[in-house]
Amino acid sequence: MDSLAYVRDAPESEDAPPMMSSGVLAWARVNLFSSIGSSLVTIGCITLVAYWLPQLIAWATTRAIWSATDGALCRQHQDGACWAFIAAKWDYLRFGSYPVAERWRVDLVEAVGALLIAWLLWTNAPRRMWGALLFFIVYPILALVLLRGSSLLGLPVVDTLLWGGIFVSLLTAVVGIVFSLPLGVLLALGRRSPLPVVRTASILFIEFVRGVPFITILFMANNLAPLFLPEAWAPDRLLRPLAGIVIFSAAYMAEEIRGGLQSLGKGQYEGAMALGLNYPLMTALVILPQALTLVIPGIVNNFIGLFMDTTLVSVVGITDFLEAMNNAIKDPVWAGPTIMVTGYVFAGIFYFCFCFGMARYSAHVERILAKGRK
Amino acid sequence: MDLASAKPSSWLSDQRARGLIYQILLIGCIAALACGAIYNAVVNMRARGIPMGFGFWNDVAGFDINLHLISYSNQSTYGRAFWVGLLNTLLVAAISIPLATLLGFVIGVARLSPNWLLSRLALVYTSIMRNTPLLLLLLFWYNVVLKSLPGPRQSISIGGAAFLNDRGLYLPLPVAREPASLFAGAVLAAIVLAFGFRAWARRRQDRTGAQAPTAVVAAALVLGLPALVTAAVGAPFTFDIARLSGFNFQGGLQIIPEMAALVFGLVTFTAAFIAEIVRAGVLAVPVGQSEAAGALGLHRDLSMKLVVIPQAMRLITPPLTSQFLNVVKNSSLAVFIGYPDLVQIFAGTVLNQTQAAVQVMAITMGVYLVISLVVALALNAFNARYALRGR
Amino acid sequence: MAAFLAHTEDAGAAIRFAGVHKWYGNFHVLRNINLTVGPGERIVVCGPSGSGKSTLIRCVNRLEKHQRGSIVVDGVELTDDIKRIDEVRREVGMVFQNFNLFPHLTILENCTLAPVWVRRMPKREAQELAGKLLGRVRILDQAHKYPGQLSGGQQQRAAIARALCMSPKIMLFDEPTSSLDPEMVKEVLDTMSDLAKEGMTMIVVTHEMGFARQVADRVVFMDMGEIVEVNAPSPFFDHPQHERTKLFLSQILR
Repeated sequence: MDSLAYVRDAPESEDAPPMMSSGVLAWARVNLFSSIGSSLVTIGCITLVAYWLPQLIAWATTRAIWSATDGALCRQHQDGACWAFIAAKWDYLRFGSYPVAERWRVDLVEAVGALLIAWLLWTNAPRRMWGALLFFIVYPILALVLLRGSSLLGLPVVDTLLWGGIFVSLLTAVVGIVFSLPLGVLLALGRRSPLPVVRTASILFIEFVRGVPFITILFMANNLAPLFLPEAWAPDRLLRPLAGIVIFSAAYMAEEIRGGLQSLGKGQYEGAMALGLNYPLMTALVILPQALTLVIPGIVNNFIGLFMDTTLVSVVGITDFLEAMNNAIKDPVWAGPTIMVTGYVFAGIFYFCFCFGMARYSAHVERILAKGRK
Repeated sequence: MDLASAKPSSWLSDQRARGLIYQILLIGCIAALACGAIYNAVVNMRARGIPMGFGFWNDVAGFDINLHLISYSNQSTYGRAFWVGLLNTLLVAAISIPLATLLGFVIGVARLSPNWLLSRLALVYTSIMRNTPLLLLLLFWYNVVLKSLPGPRQSISIGGAAFLNDRGLYLPLPVAREPASLFAGAVLAAIVLAFGFRAWARRRQDRTGAQAPTAVVAAALVLGLPALVTAAVGAPFTFDIARLSGFNFQGGLQIIPEMAALVFGLVTFTAAFIAEIVRAGVLAVPVGQSEAAGALGLHRDLSMKLVVIPQAMRLITPPLTSQFLNVVKNSSLAVFIGYPDLVQIFAGTVLNQTQAAVQVMAITMGVYLVISLVVALALNAFNARYALRGR
Repeated sequence: MAAFLAHTEDAGAAIRFAGVHKWYGNFHVLRNINLTVGPGERIVVCGPSGSGKSTLIRCVNRLEKHQRGSIVVDGVELTDDIKRIDEVRREVGMVFQNFNLFPHLTILENCTLAPVWVRRMPKREAQELAGKLLGRVRILDQAHKYPGQLSGGQQQRAAIARALCMSPKIMLFDEPTSSLDPEMVKEVLDTMSDLAKEGMTMIVVTHEMGFARQVADRVVFMDMGEIVEVNAPSPFFDHPQHERTKLFLSQILR
């Protein structure tokens, strides 16, 4: 083959791509109409959406009743949502039967909690260790005292029977995570322990809790706690399901953390041991900080799941947000065919916004961590 | 280095001795807690007159159950009620799991579709379902959709054979006639023939390289053979159609609204998670695999069947079985809408009536643990057989 | 430029690029590529990363689509026509940087998959062919193992055997040794040299300049999506003419 030599004399121009291969038209051609089947699907989807979406939007906005004092107006206009009902019941949905005069205490606890969580989750925050200490140790005690009240401090006691609504949902979820995190860490470490008794005990605990439905854990905590504890210790009606939630969440947390511990790799352990650190020091200073940072997205996902699972506490008589909504729906003043739908749709929107927002944050953290690890 | 200086300074700092001490301490703590708990339990149960032991199993239950696969009346024992509840749980799971898997795979494939609109709509579905509590979904299905159906006298009729009202869905109940056994035989024969054809086609392909359309032939057999038999000797079933008598329907196959709500809720909820598992599994197969298959001349369908899907299924199976278990566990939410499953009957009604909390909870949790264990063992066996082999 | 083009009207060409342009979105990744590869010719394509060399060879078996110009492979023009694409892919074999062996099949099954399902070969015949080719690349003893159980060099040789089982007329190599540990690079390059000696038409994208010198008939230097210089190996390495070629060679040759 004779050699075909070539040397470039002038550079090629950089052209714009031909019209049909970029821009909106090209995008539509590739993504919506790339074949006959695809085009049919596109048309089908557009018809579906064009039919349902305007109806949904009208139901929620133009045809909805936004203000009223009772259900009469909503009964008259049954083709739209009854947001007036939500507005009227909003305080009950937030606080349950918590005495009106004391509700500032709930607001305070929620505000402080939100601040601390934001501090902890903001990845570049200064002195996060302080935030962690405050959140995991000081805040629970503070919150408990404020919410329950104490005659010593001049705060009237509010029985847990009266607690209900959004703040109870948040409370149970946050308490669940706060206390299940240390317990989960212990279980995760225990499961990886070389000591057979410790490892077996951890495995048995974790697999037992993960193998049964959450409701049975709640029943167990509610019905068996009074039997297994001495008469004098009779635990509060809110404390029992809270204990159940902590146990349940700890098992799943343990598995998340174990994943993080495993992905650290032997190198970290060996590096720490080579420096002469003993097991407690190595775990506290080297292993756990890295593992926990790695599983923050997983922990946030656990929190989302737990927040949704707290809807089940109504089975043992705790009035969470969903149960409060169920109660509100039964009010005869507001009775009407649209009330139930409005209530459930609003509850759905609430849970969706909260959970989806947290899921977005978790994805954001995962991206940042992935970059750092490259 | 002589032996003397190799001994630890005291036996307390010897790693093994320490390990032993920690373990003994742990066993001691657990034992102490257990003894304390048991002691308290015995004292408390005696004081409140709560039965200790399983004698209640043979006592008369005294309550009705509106769905029982085995015979049950309010004169049956608590033990019988347990079996009724367990069967109801397994029934709901047996119906929901295949439906959820089917819907989940469909939505998962939609999520992977190159059609932007389809994949976004599927995303909307999975986002909503995964961020809504299952209980809310169940309450919505039960209270909003099913309860708003008309009464029996104004039932929605589907082709005059099925009826929908607020007491349930009444389907025609198949009643076997004479040719039923022939029909069943035909179905069985079709299945055996389909497998036989596939084996023969495989052997022929190994020998000569020629390919045969096994899927089409199998479908034709399974559908065609029973149809031929029906045409020849008559229908194998008549249908007992529900009739309105008085205020209610008699006959037919009644699906109570509680069960319908539970099944709809579980299926729509779980399908969203299964869809994400399917999507993640397929995306996890490196794109180089389908490129290599294409470079070898394999058509897209063959490349999917021989290269991508076998690898994706290995990744999908473990989280998929985890979702199956979740369906079984989530069926316990039946207690909120009154479906008579194991938890609702046994850990609910029976526990309330007998007050034998420890025994009832132990049995209930034991059942779920056994189910979890069986599934875990099956998954282990699957992994041992099919996991990708590395060095 | 015109003289160059006129020379390339050779009817027996294995691959002909004529005025080929490709864009990724707004990025002009291939600019006016004109190249003819004759049957039995061995071409090495080199250039800095991002120069479009991988994109170039991936266009040959339609793993990438070009937007302007024409690519004719073994007499078949590459268009959106699926039948033609399949035809081309049957005659063109490709070896990837990441091997892309199928991990759920044994090495033997990797090799027999396409002959059985695409060329409809009986299984025994396919296995004999695979055995012969695995023997040629010297890993016959690994035939019943899974890819994960082989070293990188063995996996790449298996991938070469797999591509050869389809009896292709043209072989494309996309940086075949870039993922290998240094001690395994030689065994793969030797295999490729043996293949070249038997007269296989090859396009190889690589940084292994020693291989280029020994085996290539022509070396193509690409930069920023355009072909900058083409020449036989000796003049190319010893007397590069274009400024960019000289710069590139000074950076990679020590």
